[in-house]
Amino acid sequence: MVATRETVEAVDEAVGKYKYGFSTDIESEKAPKGLNEDTVRFISAKKNEPEWMLEWRLDAFRRWQTMEEPDWAKVNYPKIDYQDAYYYSAPKSDDDRPKSLDEVDPKLLETYEKLGIPLVEQMALAGVAVDAVFDSVSVATTFKERLAEAGVIFCSFSEAVQDHPELVRQYLGTVVPVTDNYFATLNSAVFSDGSFVFVPKGVRCPMELSTYFRINEADTGQFERTLIIVEDGAYVSYLEGCTAPMRDEHQLHAAVVELVCLEDAEIKYSTVQNWYPGDEDGKGGIYNFVTKRGDCRGDNSKISWTQVETGSAVTWKYPSCVLRGDNSVGEFYSIAISNNLQQVDSGTKMIHLGKNTSSRIISKGISAGRSSSTYRGLVSVHKKAEDARNFTQCDSLLIGDRCSAHTVPYIESKNPSAVLEHEATTSKLSEDQLFYCRQRGLDEEEAVALLVNGFCRDVLQQLPMEFAVEAQKLVGISLEGSVG
Amino acid sequence: MLEIKDLHASVDGTPILKGISLTIGDGEVHAIMGPNGSGKSTLSNVLAGREDYEITKGSITYKGKDLTELSIEERASAGIFLAFQYPTEIPGVTTMTFLKTAVNAQRKARGEDELDAVKFLKLVREKAKELKVEEDMLKRPLNVGFSGGEKKRAETLQMSLLQPSLAVLDETDSGLDIDALKIVADGVNRLRAPDRSMIVITHYQRLLDYIVPDHVHVLAKGKIIRSGGKELAAELEASGYTDMTESAA
Ligand SMILES: Nc1ncnc2c1ncn2[C@@H]1O[C@H](COP(=O)(O)OP(=O)(O)O)[C@@H](O)[C@H]1O
Ligand SMILES: [Mg+2]
Repeated sequence: MVATRETVEAVDEAVGKYKYGFSTDIESEKAPKGLNEDTVRFISAKKNEPEWMLEWRLDAFRRWQTMEEPDWAKVNYPKIDYQDAYYYSAPKSDDDRPKSLDEVDPKLLETYEKLGIPLVEQMALAGVAVDAVFDSVSVATTFKERLAEAGVIFCSFSEAVQDHPELVRQYLGTVVPVTDNYFATLNSAVFSDGSFVFVPKGVRCPMELSTYFRINEADTGQFERTLIIVEDGAYVSYLEGCTAPMRDEHQLHAAVVELVCLEDAEIKYSTVQNWYPGDEDGKGGIYNFVTKRGDCRGDNSKISWTQVETGSAVTWKYPSCVLRGDNSVGEFYSIAISNNLQQVDSGTKMIHLGKNTSSRIISKGISAGRSSSTYRGLVSVHKKAEDARNFTQCDSLLIGDRCSAHTVPYIESKNPSAVLEHEATTSKLSEDQLFYCRQRGLDEEEAVALLVNGFCRDVLQQLPMEFAVEAQKLVGISLEGSVG
Repeated sequence: MLEIKDLHASVDGTPILKGISLTIGDGEVHAIMGPNGSGKSTLSNVLAGREDYEITKGSITYKGKDLTELSIEERASAGIFLAFQYPTEIPGVTTMTFLKTAVNAQRKARGEDELDAVKFLKLVREKAKELKVEEDMLKRPLNVGFSGGEKKRAETLQMSLLQPSLAVLDETDSGLDIDALKIVADGVNRLRAPDRSMIVITHYQRLLDYIVPDHVHVLAKGKIIRSGGKELAAELEASGYTDMTESAA
C-alpha cells in the first residue's frame, strides 16, 4: 500500500532535474587544503577532542598511508588526488552553537526549506527528531528532551565524544575495524561528524530518528561517522537522507556507519541517497565510498538495511550484517537507480556466524541511459553456523539498450546444514507496458515512474511512511529523460 | 465523432490495413467483425496511436481534428479508450493505484483538478460493485494473475471511470463464460450515451446479442468488405465468414 501510494501526485510535485542543485553562501572555516598529520590534528583540535580520540585518528592515518585504493569494483573514475581537497569545513556560527531553532542562521533554515525539510514543520507534523548535519557540524538537534526521558541518546558524534566518551571508546571501531578498508581507514583519520545513537536496555525508541546530511562547501570531502548502539531488548528505526548541491567537480564522500545490536534488539536503518549524480555527460557528481556494517552481537537480534540509491556519480557501498548471535536476522532491501553515466557497484554481505541465523536480500537495480549497475553480494556461512538460511532475490530492470546490469553473487558455505536460495531476473521495461499506461493517459515519464515504482514495491514497502513518498518521487526524478 | 478515410497501415513494413473507411456519429455503436488475422487489433492499435504502426495513406479525423497529430496519451486524454484484447500485466502496481493514476493523469492533462482520495475511493467502489469487481481485486497488482474474466472486468472498470468519448473494445468477449459476458455487456451498456461512441470488435456474433450495435462492418484481409445494420451479424452467424469473404472476392 505505502509503496505505490499516490505515485502520480508524488511525481507531479517533483519538478526540475535536480532540484537540490543550489549552494548556500555562508562563510565557512576550513582546514588548510591537503592531508597530513597536521590536518588530522587540526580537525581533532577544532573539536576539542580528548587525547585518546586524536591518537585513534593518528593511528588510522598512519595505517592509511600504507594502504592501496581498492580497484576490484566495477567502476571507473579518474584517480582521486587526496591532497587536493579540504578535510574540514564548518559553518562559522559554530563557535556560538544555537540553543534553539530561533538561533539558527536563517540562511541555513532556508537551505532546509529548499531541501523540502522545513524543520519546524517536520518536527510538528511527523514527530521526527531531526539531527541536521550541515557540512560537518551538527547545527540543530531536536526532540532531545523527549528522547532523554526515554533514556535514548541521540546527538552528533562530536557531542558524544565529549559527553559519552566511555560509550564511544567501548564501541567505536568494533564493527568496522580501523583497517577494514582504504576508505574506512581514511574516514577514521579525518571523520568530521555524524550521528550517535544509544538506546538502553528494554527501550523502544519513541520516535523515528532522522538525519539529513548535506555537502555544501565546494571541494569538501564529507566523512561522516555514525555509531548506533542498541542494548538488550531495545529497538530503533533510523532514517538518513542525503543530498548535495550541483557542482562541476567531483566530490568525495566516504562515510562509516557502525551498528551494534545486542540480545533481542532490533535496528532498522533506512537511507534515501540522492547525492548529485553528475550531469548527462558525467560531469561532476559525488564519489560515494561508504562502509556500513551492523553487528548482530546478541542472540535473537535483528538488523535491517533499507536503501534507495539514486544519486552519486560512483557508488561503492555494501551495507552488511555480521550475524554473530544465535537466531539473529539480517535483512538488506535495496533499490539502486542509475541513469546517464552513473556507476553503481553495491550490494551486501551477510556473514553467518551464529546458529540458526537467517538473512534475506532483496535487491532491485534499475539502469537507464549509459549507466552501469552491479549487484555484488556475499553470503558466507561459517563452520559453526548450524542451520543458517539465506534468501537472495536480485532483480534488474533495464531501460533502453545502452545501459548494463551485472549480478555478482559470492556464496561460501562451510556448514552443510545451510539452506541458501538465490534468484535473479533481468528484464527490460516493456513496450507493451508503456503503451498500456500511455493509453490510459500517463505520459512517458509518469509511465516509467509508475512501472519502476511497481518493480521496486517489495523494497519501498520496507521504508517508513515519510520516506516512502520521498523515495517514490526520487524514482521519478532520477529517471527523467530515460526513455524516448 | 470519428471519420476514417482510406486508411492504410503497416507493421514492420508489412501492409496490414488496406484502405479502411468508416464514419462513426456521436452516440453510435459500431461492431467490427472478422476472422482472426483480418486486422481488427491493428485498427484499434492505430486508433490508439501505437508507435510501431505506421500509417502509409489515408486520414483519421476525431472530433474534427487530425487524430494522427496526437501522441498516445494525448489521444487518451482527448477521450479515446482502448479495452485491450490482451491486457498487459503491471507488476507491483495495485489496480486501485493504477486507476487513480490514470484518472488523475487525464484530469491534469485536461486542466482539471485531481480527485481527492476519499471521493475517488467512493467512485471506484460504486463502479466496482456494478461490475462485480471484488475489493480484493483492487488491491492486487493490475492484471497480474487475473483470470480472463477478471481482466476484461478490469478493462471495463477502467472505461467506466475514465468516461471516454470513443471506446474501442477489442474482443472484450473472448475467454468469457456467459455470466461474465453478461456482467461486462451490462457495464458497457450502462456507458452508452448520446455523446459517447463505441467500436465493438468481436470475432463472434454472441456479444452483439447483449451489446446491440447500430452498425455492423465485416473486416477481411485489411478491408471492410460489407457494412450493414445489426441484422448483418445474424447473417454472418448463419453463413460464416468464409462465404462472405468469398462472395466479396
Ligand atoms: N507486430 C506485428 N508484426 C508483424 N505482423 C503483425 C504484427 N501484428 C499483427 N500482425 C499481422 O497482422 C495481421 C492482422 O493482425 P491483427 O490485427 O492482430 O488481427 P485480428 O485482431 O483481426 O485477429 C495478422 O496477419 C498478423 O499476423
Ligand atoms: Mg485481435
